[in-house]
Amino acid sequence: MSQKEILDVTKILLEYLGPTLKLFAATLVFSIPLGLIVAMLKMCKFKPISWLTSIYILIMRGTPLMLQIIAIYYAIPYLKINENLPVFLKKIVDVVDIKSPNYMFIAVVVAFSLNYAAYFAEIFRGGIEAIPKGQYEAAACLGMTKTKTFFRIILPQVVKRILPASSNEIIILVKDTSLANIIAYTEIIMKAKQQMQLYSSLTPLFIAGVFYLAMTIILTAIFSMLEKKLNYYK
Amino acid sequence: MAILEVKNISKSFDGLEVLKDISFDVNKGEVLAIIGPSGSGKSTLLRCINQLERADGGCVVVDGMTMFQNDENGYAVYSDKKILRDIRLKIGLVFQNFNLFPHMNVMQNVIEAPVQVLKMNKADAEEKARELLKKMSLETKEKSYPCELSGGQQQRVSIARALALSPDVLFFDEPTSALDPELTGEILKVLKSLAEEKMTMVIVTHEMEFAKNVADKVIFMDEGVIVEQGTPEEVFDNSKSERTKKFIQKF
Repeated sequence: MSQKEILDVTKILLEYLGPTLKLFAATLVFSIPLGLIVAMLKMCKFKPISWLTSIYILIMRGTPLMLQIIAIYYAIPYLKINENLPVFLKKIVDVVDIKSPNYMFIAVVVAFSLNYAAYFAEIFRGGIEAIPKGQYEAAACLGMTKTKTFFRIILPQVVKRILPASSNEIIILVKDTSLANIIAYTEIIMKAKQQMQLYSSLTPLFIAGVFYLAMTIILTAIFSMLEKKLNYYK
Repeated sequence: MAILEVKNISKSFDGLEVLKDISFDVNKGEVLAIIGPSGSGKSTLLRCINQLERADGGCVVVDGMTMFQNDENGYAVYSDKKILRDIRLKIGLVFQNFNLFPHMNVMQNVIEAPVQVLKMNKADAEEKARELLKKMSLETKEKSYPCELSGGQQQRVSIARALALSPDVLFFDEPTSALDPELTGEILKVLKSLAEEKMTMVIVTHEMEFAKNVADKVIFMDEGVIVEQGTPEEVFDNSKSERTKKFIQKF
């Protein structure tokens, strides 16, 4: 490929960085709080809730994300034509407009968020359970409520502990966004494949690879900065 | 006047009775030392009074407020949340391993409860904290984090943190057990000065010399029961029970 062609391809791929980043950001925004909720449910003392949550985590971590994306994307249209649907499910399904231009993005974000929430939940749970009991007891003796204890004493310490594991997960997410092209969500890898066929060259894929590498470098820098910032205590 | 009344507390873990029929009183301004071998239930007793464990039976009254008392079947019934909370603020607990909040500096540790729980304004809380830290000879450590302090300094911060809520009674659960002899002396000195200021204290300790010299009252516990209680002279020099004598001889 000529230099000009490489520049053209880079420009085209740069445009599709948007959908990739949009999916990445939306997944983070939804999966982190959801993961915290799932972690709480898993630690719930009422066993049936804890078991149900374990099953959810098992399914989300035990089946390919690609499969989950396909399942969620096609499930709604399938349910819409099913006439024997229970009323409450039908009401939910009716709300979803599969003809909307956003439907694909929403389906992908739902799949990614449900999947990543399961992984984040296990990271959060590990972090919360690693906090010594004495911290809860000290807070209780000082008259702090459970909510205050969690948000002011426990959570800040959890954040520090889970940062390395979370940064791992978040870096994997950047590259996992390419899985969305299985249902034709157009992002960098999909565009690069088209360009590859157009030019009969591997270079577009190589350029896409450089994009991912650049995103990873930025994320790594952000996380090592955060880790350093939280390093003021042991 | 008794500021703390403990009557017939009992407590079991999985069928094992760790506290049997424990009763004692603490008057305002008094220092009570609880001594006894490991596993005798001293810490459990403190944890029950500080609501970190639930007692099975008995009665605890703090400054006229009932924490729990027996129903007709002899089971402890706890008072409602509001009263339990009020009691909680009347008593403070200093732990063996300090349990400072590692992500907060010394000042933040001390003002956390006054600001968050008592809703004191931050400037007032800081002023009071500075006074307490000065008393603990920690005035230069305000901005330090717990991990930067020695064990003795950390324990003094935790004492300041407990004092910041102006408790009526301060409990200490083996406050020097995690410290080397030099740092132990440092903490005992602080406890002694608090005793001189007539702070009401209940101290679980293995420091016999300290218990003898500073305490007004001593309780010797073994296997979940109070074997002996009285003045230091009564317990240390004229013990009635063989078990007490044997224990004290070891020191």
